[in-house]
Amino acid sequence: MKSYIAKRLLHLIPILLGITLLSFAMMRIAGSDAVIQKFDNSGIAVSQDVINAERTRLGLDKPFLTQYFTWLGGLLAGDMGVSHVSGADVFSTFTSKLPATLLLTATSILLTVVISIPLGVLAAVKQNKLTDYIIRSLSFVGNSMPNFFVALVLMYLLAIKVGIFPVITTGISLKSVALPTFTLTIAMSAKYLRQVRATVLDELSKEYIAGAKSRGIRFSITLWKSVLRSALVTIITLLALSIGSLLGGTAIVESIFMWDGVGKLAVDAINMRDYPMIQAYVVWMSIIYVCVNLIADLSYRILDPRIRLGGDET
Amino acid sequence: MSANTACVTVRSQILKKDYTKVKLIVFSSLVIALLIMTIFSEVICPYDPNMQDNSIALNPPSAQHLFGTDRYGRDMLSRVIIGSQTSIFSTLSLVAIISIVGTIVGVNCGYFSGALDSIVMRISDVCLAFPGLVFALAIAAVLNGGVQNAVIALAVISWPKYSRIARSQTLAVKHTDFISAARLSGSTSFKIITKHILPNIIGPILVTAMLDIGTMLMEIAALSFLGLGAKPPIAEWGSMMSSGRSMLQTYPWVVLSPGIAIFLSVVLFNLLGDTIRDYVDPRNSGIK
Repeated sequence: MKSYIAKRLLHLIPILLGITLLSFAMMRIAGSDAVIQKFDNSGIAVSQDVINAERTRLGLDKPFLTQYFTWLGGLLAGDMGVSHVSGADVFSTFTSKLPATLLLTATSILLTVVISIPLGVLAAVKQNKLTDYIIRSLSFVGNSMPNFFVALVLMYLLAIKVGIFPVITTGISLKSVALPTFTLTIAMSAKYLRQVRATVLDELSKEYIAGAKSRGIRFSITLWKSVLRSALVTIITLLALSIGSLLGGTAIVESIFMWDGVGKLAVDAINMRDYPMIQAYVVWMSIIYVCVNLIADLSYRILDPRIRLGGDET
Repeated sequence: MSANTACVTVRSQILKKDYTKVKLIVFSSLVIALLIMTIFSEVICPYDPNMQDNSIALNPPSAQHLFGTDRYGRDMLSRVIIGSQTSIFSTLSLVAIISIVGTIVGVNCGYFSGALDSIVMRISDVCLAFPGLVFALAIAAVLNGGVQNAVIALAVISWPKYSRIARSQTLAVKHTDFISAARLSGSTSFKIITKHILPNIIGPILVTAMLDIGTMLMEIAALSFLGLGAKPPIAEWGSMMSSGRSMLQTYPWVVLSPGIAIFLSVVLFNLLGDTIRDYVDPRNSGIK
């Protein structure tokens, strides 16, 4: 197991290098004339000499790879430059907005678990009955609605028509977090509950279920003691794997509800073409995503002895 | 399992197959109808989608204007119909690009293996390591928006899925006897790939592509909603919702009608995708 973890961590290095190199290259291509842009933004007409001097000062005249490694060093030290727009330090702005996004992610995951695990198990137990069809149809509908449409419909119904929740969030409170959480939960539950259902169905089709039934053990006991226990490992792993996509999905929802997290920060940065800020968002969200996926994979192996014993060679 | 129950199972499977066939016919006709409507959208529009008439601005839905009018008095129904061109055609071309490119790359990696294979697979590892929409947002921002660039951005993050499928399918087929026989009889690699491998692996790829249409439609709309796809004068569902956002409270039809159009199209494509999957692989039906 230890050697497996070591192998996975080693495997992580080229991926992280790839992520950072790609993000760096992309932003360099886009913001190649960051200096000109900077002077343009401040409305000063300057001569070529001043531009060149500024380029030398920022190290933009050095070869591409040198620039990349300087930038990478800065990234590790928490120095990602300053925003083109506000002049604020990019990294500290990013970290100051991160807790809000993590909170929103946490509430959404919590609600998703509360909704989709019982519904998924119920749908599996009642396979091809009316209950199953209703739950599957709901999941189908949830899967076919884009995030922003759900957000606007919820806003229209719950905030404008009924008025129980604020239209835009004001600070961090239970009422503020409700609508963005509902939006993210609808999309996430729709996908996740199908996976829970499939996992439980898979478990229910195994031979020991028939064995337990033939020995006269009550179905509820088999369900709780055996089926759920063995399905839980897969269910937890699938949940952890969906955290990553949730992190990316918060951007639109945050900007619709004016939730002051990194997603809104990124959308604002994109609208103003604030490249250092976009870069920080892409790099850090990808790093978080890769790490969450790795932890999910490792915990799956630790929790499930069958895989731990059999699958070490991969 | 007794012979009796086995018989019943087989019969219910046959019934299920017939039922799937009916669904397949119904949903494909509906999708074809949607595509015809998209192609002839200019003819179908009841009004000129760009004709402004301030005297009827922001009228609620009525018999003349089924979806109401927007802030310039343009007929919403006509704009939703004309918007299908941008939304649906860009989605279809996106799915076509990623499935074709992904398949070509994947088949070649699987067939030739070697250094090319490991390099391409590492690249796809990196593409898959980014959380989807985050990376697409960044690429679209770098490319400065526009429908074409939104398609490019989403293509960059989506092709690896297809190359993975094509590669693993190719690896599975590659070592079968009939491929060895073809090679022994002197067929070129090109001929083996196009004549023997592709027809055998195309099924799962087509199913994945069909199931992807709905998702991609939503993602293109999402980029447009953020201002990174179609720009306002062009009618596109995502950007129409975005430009009407501030009027949600007082004139909800301006925002909700393009949203409903997205929803219905996605439902239709997903229904067709699910049905095709069940039809191709009946074991899956009822599980996923």
